[in-house]
Amino acid sequence: MNTPAKRKLKVATTSLAGCFGCHMSLLDIDERLFDLLELVEFDRTPLTDIKHLGKCDIGFIEGGLCNNENVHVLREFRDNCNILIAVGACAINGGLPAQRNHLDLPTILQEVYHTSHGLAAGSDIPNDPELPLPLNKVHPLHEVVKIDYFIPGCPPSGDAIWKVLTDLLAGHEPQLGHGLMHYD
Amino acid sequence: MSDKTFVLDGKTIPYAEGQTIMQAAMTAGVYIPHLCYHPEFKPHGSCKLCTVKANGRQAASCTQLAQSGVVVESNTGELNDERRALLQMLFVEGNHFCPSCEQSGKCKLQATAYDLNMMSTHFDHFFPDRPVDASHSDYLLDFNRCILCSLCIRASRDVDGKNVFGLAGRGIKSHLIVNAASGQLADTDFTANDKAAQVCPVGVILKKRKGFAVPIGQRTYDLNPISAMPGVKQD
Amino acid sequence: MVSDTERHATYLDPILERHGFAATSLLQVLREAQEHFGYIHADAITYLTQKLKLPRVKIEGVATFYSFLYLQPRGEYRVLFSDNITDHMLGSAALMNQMCQQLWVEPGKVSEDGLVSISTTSCTGMCDQGPALLVNNIAINRLTPERIVNICELIRKRVPLSAWPAEFFAIADNIRRRDILLDSSFESGSALNALLARGSTETLQEIKLSKLRGRGGAGFSTGSKWEFCRAAHGTHHYVVCNADEGEPGTFKDRVLLTGYADQVFEGLTLCARIIGARKGFLYLRGEYRYLLDHLLVVLQQRRDKRLLGSSILGCADFDFDIEIHFGAGAYVCGEESALIESLEGKRGTPRNRPPFPVSNGYLDQPTVVNNVETFAASSLIALRGGAWYAAIGTATSSGTKLLSVSGDCERPGIYEYPFGVTVAQVLADCGARDTQAVQVSGASGVCVAAQEFTRRIAFEDIPTAGAFMVFDHSRDMFEVARNFVHFFAHESCGFCTPCRVGTRLLQNMMDKLARGNGSPYDFAEIEKLDQLLLSMSHCGLGHAACNPVKDTIAKFRPAYDKRLKHHEFEPAFDLDYALSQARQMTGRDDAGAHLGESK
Repeated sequence: MNTPAKRKLKVATTSLAGCFGCHMSLLDIDERLFDLLELVEFDRTPLTDIKHLGKCDIGFIEGGLCNNENVHVLREFRDNCNILIAVGACAINGGLPAQRNHLDLPTILQEVYHTSHGLAAGSDIPNDPELPLPLNKVHPLHEVVKIDYFIPGCPPSGDAIWKVLTDLLAGHEPQLGHGLMHYD
Repeated sequence: MSDKTFVLDGKTIPYAEGQTIMQAAMTAGVYIPHLCYHPEFKPHGSCKLCTVKANGRQAASCTQLAQSGVVVESNTGELNDERRALLQMLFVEGNHFCPSCEQSGKCKLQATAYDLNMMSTHFDHFFPDRPVDASHSDYLLDFNRCILCSLCIRASRDVDGKNVFGLAGRGIKSHLIVNAASGQLADTDFTANDKAAQVCPVGVILKKRKGFAVPIGQRTYDLNPISAMPGVKQD
Repeated sequence: MVSDTERHATYLDPILERHGFAATSLLQVLREAQEHFGYIHADAITYLTQKLKLPRVKIEGVATFYSFLYLQPRGEYRVLFSDNITDHMLGSAALMNQMCQQLWVEPGKVSEDGLVSISTTSCTGMCDQGPALLVNNIAINRLTPERIVNICELIRKRVPLSAWPAEFFAIADNIRRRDILLDSSFESGSALNALLARGSTETLQEIKLSKLRGRGGAGFSTGSKWEFCRAAHGTHHYVVCNADEGEPGTFKDRVLLTGYADQVFEGLTLCARIIGARKGFLYLRGEYRYLLDHLLVVLQQRRDKRLLGSSILGCADFDFDIEIHFGAGAYVCGEESALIESLEGKRGTPRNRPPFPVSNGYLDQPTVVNNVETFAASSLIALRGGAWYAAIGTATSSGTKLLSVSGDCERPGIYEYPFGVTVAQVLADCGARDTQAVQVSGASGVCVAAQEFTRRIAFEDIPTAGAFMVFDHSRDMFEVARNFVHFFAHESCGFCTPCRVGTRLLQNMMDKLARGNGSPYDFAEIEKLDQLLLSMSHCGLGHAACNPVKDTIAKFRPAYDKRLKHHEFEPAFDLDYALSQARQMTGRDDAGAHLGESK
């Protein structure tokens, strides 16, 4: 790397209603992380523990939207990122959390906090203002803000993430192709 | 008119009298995306994935008879964009959560979407409520994944002679039903030996106690993309 | 003790006998069973599986396809408000609201006492005298708040429909302009006598010479159709009259069958003689159930005059009769192959074509399907000759056309013109003022803007099945298109992916714009969906479903632009509302329990 330092792209990442599996896959690019760090610097991510992001080039979001905090974070990313990438099944179609969508939310809350076995006496639906409120339904990201790119998979492999990132950095439309394209 | 050939994406394809474009293309080893078509059953023409342009006119290749000299376009950017939109429609119409589906890796809907580079579901999801039928001792029906291809209906009616499956409702409320007053598979004469038990291209009709048998990486469409037509017999 | 099944056998047996236990009569049997029992009971289906030797899936499949059939109890009084845009313009939504409030019932639900259910249905063909509704499938028009009060009173007192005031059920013909067809003092049997005198082959030549084209909208040459069918091989030939007048805004067939049924049936009989059919069908939309008694009388009169039945007019080899089949609330059955499926007692799904009905129609036999108006015109041609007819209208659109005029005009009703009449002429004649647009040929037709009013009604310019809905400048053309988009989504048969899902997605997008959540992104999405419906759909319904949107975008773009309130993408749903259930369950209402719009 003896060319004069190009401005590094700023990247922020977050997990909404996800399991951090997609972040694990990001780490799975292994030694290519060094190459990546030559090209990008991280703003808000669980890796840096920065709480709010500044202006970024790329936002990388795993997980769908299951509560109002998810919506706030997603909006913050959309407002600050030039390119927003939905990463993984949950971000793209709601994934596992969205499997509650055929159930009525009040019924779920009733069952979880009032009627299921083994609850402590006086158990009640949490109503602390500090807590996020669940949405009636879980939504994929593209239903709430414009998403520029998608990396499917549960999780997408490190190779798939690397392919999309390097395609984007090289300035062409990401293509996964057979082997890297997975919904599971 | 003795020359029984047509041109498909620049390639000359021979056909026999009465063959559809799809049949001739498959015989010649050329893939046209499809979901409701199955070589063993009467063509249905409902999924519209196999739509091609024959002499510039769009037609479902599974029902369109091959004709001498016709110029057929299939693998074009325009048609593949429209096919991808149809796939996205099928994905948002039902509940297709691949990671928890036993059919993942051998599902034709999924494999076709891979092949057509479907990166997202694009449309707003309908998230319909479709209860699972676990009544039968050996088979499970997960209607969440039904794409209304009617292959099970055709197989049960035309091969098994049973009419275990049928289509009810209209429009977006169209749905698969089974032949019992209770609405339950256990109360039909469905058996594991039925042809209908084997034709579902997605993960609706599933054998119980046998899931995820093949490891990831070795499943049908892990090994080859669907456009390579794995599993299609070529005479 | 009467078993569950026997309870249904008592009313099903006579129905089944009348229909000869034929599986092809399934839809008719179900409809009549429902007239007796109020809905189709699961035990009734069990009984029918035995008697018709049909699998249960087949019967349930048919029963759930048609909007007017119910597998669950509906109200004793089933009220359906016509949902066409012309009904809305006349205030139908407020009237339906009023009725729901007065009878304490939510739209779409059955009242707790099982007395009444109130919902909407696609255009009932009464646009010239709306707002309209159906109660237990019988039409009531010219609704006013007072009339709604009266109807509620009758329902509350459980007065049987037969005892309701007769004027409620009065249906006017509203014929405003007559030409050759409506002016004719047609004499029963005259066209058949002309046919027998001239000969079948020669009469077919006259039909061809007349250049008569199908009046259902597509405009295929009637003579050619009859000729193809006549030449096609089959064990039987059939003739079918398509009276499934479902295109929103059309009601001419209603008027023809009211005042000119004899002439229509004579047309069918002519066709039968020419193509060699012994059996014919009138496929009548369920909304016109009230016409049944009248039509049966006309058919019987024709039999009495030996114009129907065996040895018609004394010809030993001329046997033909007509059966009336009802639809049950499915617009798609107006498509001829779907209509044939429905006639065969199946779900009304359009067939793959080719083959066409002329060679492979009803029961796979050669079949002519023509519109009501086409048959009525053919009677005139048989009587007065092809050359006479061809001289009327334009060179490529011979004869006259009935227009069903409704909407913003002083004199809605039926107008018969020679083909070639301008839109402006029709508007002047019907007393339309300040006209912004005309929707010609219904939801699937063409939206004509003011600068095009010099265009002509003719196959070569604006083809039409007959609807002519007028919109003045007070109307919002986006809402007109949105009404039609809802119509198509409701009427899509569901067979093919693009139409089944695409019409619903289009409806959702139009609703999103209507709610004020639209952005240029959504507009682009609508245009993409339009294209997909047009190129990928299985039949004309899907192809046409995008027409109202495409036309209004092209001609009334500002109606869309004003709804693209956001520069950036907005969700289709209200995010704050999406927290409503959690707020309710937690009792929270703090600022953190709400979501505003994005910045």
